[in-house]
Amino acid sequence: MNIVCAGINHRSATLDIREKFAIGSHELAETLDCIRQIDGLAGAVIVSTCNRVEYYTASICPLRVLDGLRGYLQKRTGGNEAVFYTHESPASVRHLFRVASGLDSMVIGETEILGQLKQAYAAAMECGSTTRHLNKLFQHAFRVAKQVRTETRITRGSTSVGSVAVDLAGKIFGDLSGLTVMILGAGDMSEKTARSLVSRGVRTVIVSNRTFERAAGLAREIGGMAVHFDHWPNAFDNVDILICSTSSPRPLITREIIEPLLARRNGRPVFIIDLAVPRDADPLLNELENVYLYDIDSLEQIVSQSLEVRRADVERCEKMIDHHVTDFVAWTRTHTDFLK
Amino acid sequence: MDRILITGATFCLLLSFGYTLFALGAGRFRPGWLNRVAILGGFVLLSLDLWNRGHTQGSCPINSLFEVLVFMSWSILLIYLVIGPAYHLSLLGAFTSPLVFLILLVAQLGPKGSTWHAQRDPWVALHASLSLIAYGAFALAAVAGLMYLVQNRQLKNRTAGTLLYNLPPISDLGIANARLLWLGFSLLTVGFIAGHISGMEVNTVKFAVSFLIWAAYGAVLLLRRLHRLPPRRTAEASLGIFCVAMLLLPAIQYLSSPK
Repeated sequence: MNIVCAGINHRSATLDIREKFAIGSHELAETLDCIRQIDGLAGAVIVSTCNRVEYYTASICPLRVLDGLRGYLQKRTGGNEAVFYTHESPASVRHLFRVASGLDSMVIGETEILGQLKQAYAAAMECGSTTRHLNKLFQHAFRVAKQVRTETRITRGSTSVGSVAVDLAGKIFGDLSGLTVMILGAGDMSEKTARSLVSRGVRTVIVSNRTFERAAGLAREIGGMAVHFDHWPNAFDNVDILICSTSSPRPLITREIIEPLLARRNGRPVFIIDLAVPRDADPLLNELENVYLYDIDSLEQIVSQSLEVRRADVERCEKMIDHHVTDFVAWTRTHTDFLK
Repeated sequence: MDRILITGATFCLLLSFGYTLFALGAGRFRPGWLNRVAILGGFVLLSLDLWNRGHTQGSCPINSLFEVLVFMSWSILLIYLVIGPAYHLSLLGAFTSPLVFLILLVAQLGPKGSTWHAQRDPWVALHASLSLIAYGAFALAAVAGLMYLVQNRQLKNRTAGTLLYNLPPISDLGIANARLLWLGFSLLTVGFIAGHISGMEVNTVKFAVSFLIWAAYGAVLLLRRLHRLPPRRTAEASLGIFCVAMLLLPAIQYLSSPK
C-alpha cells in the first residue's frame, strides 16, 4: 500500500496560483467524488488552507494515481499543474507528519495547521473517502504533532510583535481581563497590538491622539474611549498597559512625567510598549520599579529569539518524525488489505 | 527503621529536584506529575516519621536539631501543598524540592547533636511547633521571592529565556510572596504569645535574635502595606531575612539547649 501526496504550498507557488487551486468547503465533497474516480485510488483526503492545497491518497499503484491526479488538476485549472510536488511513501508520510507538526509552515511551529488537518480529515471521513490506511495515517500524524509540540520547543515563544506583547502582558499581569490599555498615538501598529490585547480579555481601552477626531474614531472601532492628548497623564492612574506610537521627535514619556504618576499607583506595575521611531519613552524608564518598557527593537528581538529557538529544535523534531515514519511504513507492510 | 522514612523522603525530594533539572535541560520547565507525586510522597513519609517519633516520645517531635530540621521540612511541604494549587503556583514545587532536599540532607549528614528533654507543656510545644511552621512559610516566601527576582530580571533584561515562559506571572509571585510572609508572621506571632503564656525561661540572646527576626518581617510587611516597599524589595528582603534566620537558627537552638 502506498500513500501518494500531491500538492502546492507557499514555497512552491505564489498566492495567485494557490488561489486557483484552493478548494472551498462547499466544493470539497464534489472534488473528493471526482478524485475517487481515478483508477487505482482507494481513498483521499484533501487539505486546502491559505498556504497549501494537498491531496493525500491511498493506492497500490501510485504511478497510475499520480497520472490521474495530474489529469484531474489539468482539467480543473487549465494546464497549471506544473507547480505541484508529488511524494510517494515514505516521503509522503514524512511530509504529512512534518505538515502536522508545523515544520512545513510559513512560520515554523505554528499550530493552526493541525486544526486545519483535523478538519480536512473529518470532512473526508464524512464524505466516506477515507480508508483504513488513511485513517491510520492521519491519526498517527495527529499523535506525532502532539508529541513534537510537547517534547520540543517548536511552538515556543511568539512570532509577531503583537503576540509577543500579549505574552509579555500575561507574564506581568497574569489574567488580562479587567486590565486597562492606553494607546498614545493612533498608529496602525498600536491599533493591531491593542486589538491583540482586547482579544485576550483586556477590558478598557483609552485612546489619545494629537488629532482628537482620529482618537475618537479608533476608540469607536475598538470599543474604547477617547481622551484629549494633553490630558493623557490624568487618565494614567488606572492604566496597566501603555502603547505609544506617536510621531513626536522627542520622548514624550520621561522620568519627570512618569515618576509622579507612578507614585499614585500604589506599586501596581505598568507595561509600556513603545512602538514609535524615534522612541516616545525614555529608555531609562525601564530602570524604575514596577515599570517594564519594551521598544520595537526589543519586541522584534524576542520574535527572532523565539524563531531561533524553534529552528534549533527542528533537527530533534525531524528525528522524532523519522521514527514515526518507520513505524507507519512497517505497519503498512503488514496491512496490505488496501480497499478496507 | 529510625531513618528509613527520612531517607525515603530525602530520595523523593531528590527525585523531584532531579526531574526539575532534567526538564530544565530539555527546555521543558513545567511541573510534571513526577514533581507532584515525589513531593506528596516525601510529605507522607515525613508525616509518618514525625507521627512515629511523637508517639514514642509522647510530645511534639522537635527535641533535637535533627528533629527540628525534619519538622521544618514537613511544614514547608505542608504549606506548599496547601498554597501551591490555591495560587496556581505549582511551579513553586520545582523550587521547593531542592530547598527541602538540602534541609533534609543537612539533617541526615550533619551532627546528630544531643537530644533535649521532651516538652510536655502544651504551650511550649505549641510555641515551638508554630514557630517552625512559621519558618516553613518564610522559606516558601523566600522561594516565591527568588522566583519573583528571576522573573523580574528576565522582564527587565528583555530576554525571552526558557524561564520567562515557564515562571508564573510576576504580579502573582509578588502577591504569593506577600501572603506567605503574612502567614509566617502571623504564625510566629501566635507562637511567641504561646511561649510567653508558658512562662518558659528564655536565653537573652535567643530572645533578642528571635525578636529581631520577627521585627524585621513585621517591618517589611508594614512598609509593604504602606506601599513604601516595592514588590522587588519585599522579595529581596524575604530572601535575605530567611537566609540570615537560617544561619542563626542552629545558634539559637544551641543557646537554648540545656547545658
